Amino acid sequence: MLSIANILNSFDVWLNKLLNPTLVMLVEMALIAIFAIALFAVLGLVLVYLERKVSALIQIRKGPNRVGPFGIFQTTADTVKLIMKESFMPDSADKFLYKTAPFVVMITAMLLLAPLPFAEGVQIWNINIGVFFITAVSSLSVIGILMAGWASNNKYSLLGAMRSGAQIVSYELSAGMAILSIIVLTGSLNLQEIVLSQKDGWWIFKGHIPAIIAFVIYIIAVTAETNRAPFDLAEAESELTGGFHTEYAGMRFALFFLAEYINIFIVCAIGATLFLGGWMPFHIGNWQAFNHVMDFIPSSIWFFGKTFGLILLIMWFRWTFPRLRIDQLLNLEWKYLLPISMFNLLVMTLIAIKGWHF
Amino acid sequence: MHQEIKTTPSGDMVINVGPQHPSTHGVLHLLITLNGETIVNLDPNIGYIHRSIEKMCESLSYRQFIYTTSRMDYLSSHMNNHACALTVEKGLQIEVPERAEVIRVIISELTRLASHQLWWGSMAMDLGALSPFFYAFREREMITDIMEETCGARLTMNYVVPGGVMMDLHPDFQKKVKAFIVQFKSKIGEYHDLVTGNIIFQNRTKGIGMLSKEDAISYGVTGPAARGSGLSCDIRKLYPYATYQKLQFNEILETAGDSFARYMVRMREMEESVSIIEQLIDNIPEGEFQAKTKAVLKLPKGEFYTRIETARGELGVYLVSEGGTTPYRIKFRSPGFSNLSALNHMIKGHKMGDLVAVMGTLDLVIPDIDR
Repeated sequence: MLSIANILNSFDVWLNKLLNPTLVMLVEMALIAIFAIALFAVLGLVLVYLERKVSALIQIRKGPNRVGPFGIFQTTADTVKLIMKESFMPDSADKFLYKTAPFVVMITAMLLLAPLPFAEGVQIWNINIGVFFITAVSSLSVIGILMAGWASNNKYSLLGAMRSGAQIVSYELSAGMAILSIIVLTGSLNLQEIVLSQKDGWWIFKGHIPAIIAFVIYIIAVTAETNRAPFDLAEAESELTGGFHTEYAGMRFALFFLAEYINIFIVCAIGATLFLGGWMPFHIGNWQAFNHVMDFIPSSIWFFGKTFGLILLIMWFRWTFPRLRIDQLLNLEWKYLLPISMFNLLVMTLIAIKGWHF
Repeated sequence: MHQEIKTTPSGDMVINVGPQHPSTHGVLHLLITLNGETIVNLDPNIGYIHRSIEKMCESLSYRQFIYTTSRMDYLSSHMNNHACALTVEKGLQIEVPERAEVIRVIISELTRLASHQLWWGSMAMDLGALSPFFYAFREREMITDIMEETCGARLTMNYVVPGGVMMDLHPDFQKKVKAFIVQFKSKIGEYHDLVTGNIIFQNRTKGIGMLSKEDAISYGVTGPAARGSGLSCDIRKLYPYATYQKLQFNEILETAGDSFARYMVRMREMEESVSIIEQLIDNIPEGEFQAKTKAVLKLPKGEFYTRIETARGELGVYLVSEGGTTPYRIKFRSPGFSNLSALNHMIKGHKMGDLVAVMGTLDLVIPDIDR
């Protein structure tokens, strides 16, 4: 059967015939790097376009519609503009940190692409502690934001970075708890194995109500972790003008901007993998014919479909809700989400021990 | 050369909000002393858009000076003109025809609606919800279209002349206003669903920016901002002008005194304005739309004062005449100026994020403060 995994395997075999193993590894690493950068760019463009179209739909507007058919090249044109722009740097900025910060944020986002199972057997790095890797690396992005806020030597940036630090550190806890509640069910940190464990049903259905609670908490927490409205306090345009990236212009700003969208993609991809079965097709019990039709849809389409479904949900939040205040934001996490998710984890553990899940 | 961030002697950070800032909606400059995220002190700094309108008026005739006032509170431009025309009419003892007065009231209420809708959209936008702005503009666009057909301008209308209005209504006026009322009434529920009922919005505005009735009086706060504190100050009720005494309408009062109360006052005022328009739109009397006046107006020697209720509060026009063709001195008592003075009192001790929630409900228009 023609699938991405088969094509990649035969390509690997063909390369091995041509070159010696060390060279093969080097060539493949280079190709993967190109792939990661290309995916980063394409995803950024697609998601920005999607965001603008979704917001236009919600706000009874048309959205981008001039550059190319339905305005699909609008984001490309914007990127070209941002590349051409002067990367202005304030005179009093801490030069090294100021220049490094966008790359820290971007590299963090790119590293997170590594353990994602994009389709059946397609994964950049099949690491057995995939979930752990993701939770560990994703918390690094806050360092980039704090660097940007501090190095800009701007009061708005400093306030934004301060907020962002408090926010990401707190919401990581409940996001981690929500992820853990699926890990106790699967008993594995390997993302590919987690997907395989959902062969007979997605965890959101198999895990009873605790899984649904974990899913809701996960979505709220990652919306906050990626600094998206209604938790966009780090940017908070109407309060802090631009928050931590007030002083950034040109491509340096665009890197923050793209990293934000890649982070959304990644958290939604993880959500889809853990709760919605990743690339697993949708099956209903004994409906053989229905299940067979579902199997025909390629696994990559299932993965991207679920991920983009979650992305649309998060975009819908952004264009509907007002922003929270910083103390309300922290109250929500420490007084509600964290206790609930801790209790939920206990219930989930009980379910896993007793084997009550399907 | 990493510069030290400047602080006050007590270690608090001083931050400049404005004159270029997305949520000051104009060139308002606020010097804010912050302790962490908490506002310790707020010092408004105005004058960035001062155009000396009052001084300009001294060299313009009694027909001309009315139109500079459209640029004060540009969202209540018709009402500013109305106040000036009333002052001139008071001085010259001109009887304004019934038809002109009714037209003036209808346009005033339409202006109030347009102003409140813009406020609703921008207030939600300040709080981080970007979509309501577009919903507000959907209905506001109908009003501006009506204005454009009536007097040629969409925002800074110059429709009022001493003794009446500049020209008669266009034939489609009633039909279009009725269409607007139908549209507005079907969409006001959407406004409440989208913003008023939102739990985040309520948490952001309830108990924030408390202003007691006594403080409202001592700071001279007027308009919806004062009525949210239970202070009865609607000039349309207290000192009726034009045809307001013949109309059935309620003065909207809320007693909580917080941002949410001020928000609700404006939301309910919009519905009240619609009911005023509904009472008048089918009963526009026939007749002249302008009283016969002399070509050159000369006010008798003396002092004249009128006040009206604009969308932001009480606008007072104080005019001193020496008997010539131009005013000797004009002073406007603008609602925005007094309302801004209460901001420091209301915001102290709140978080930086509350600034927009409090400032939004004061509905400041900066050209109105500076003039």
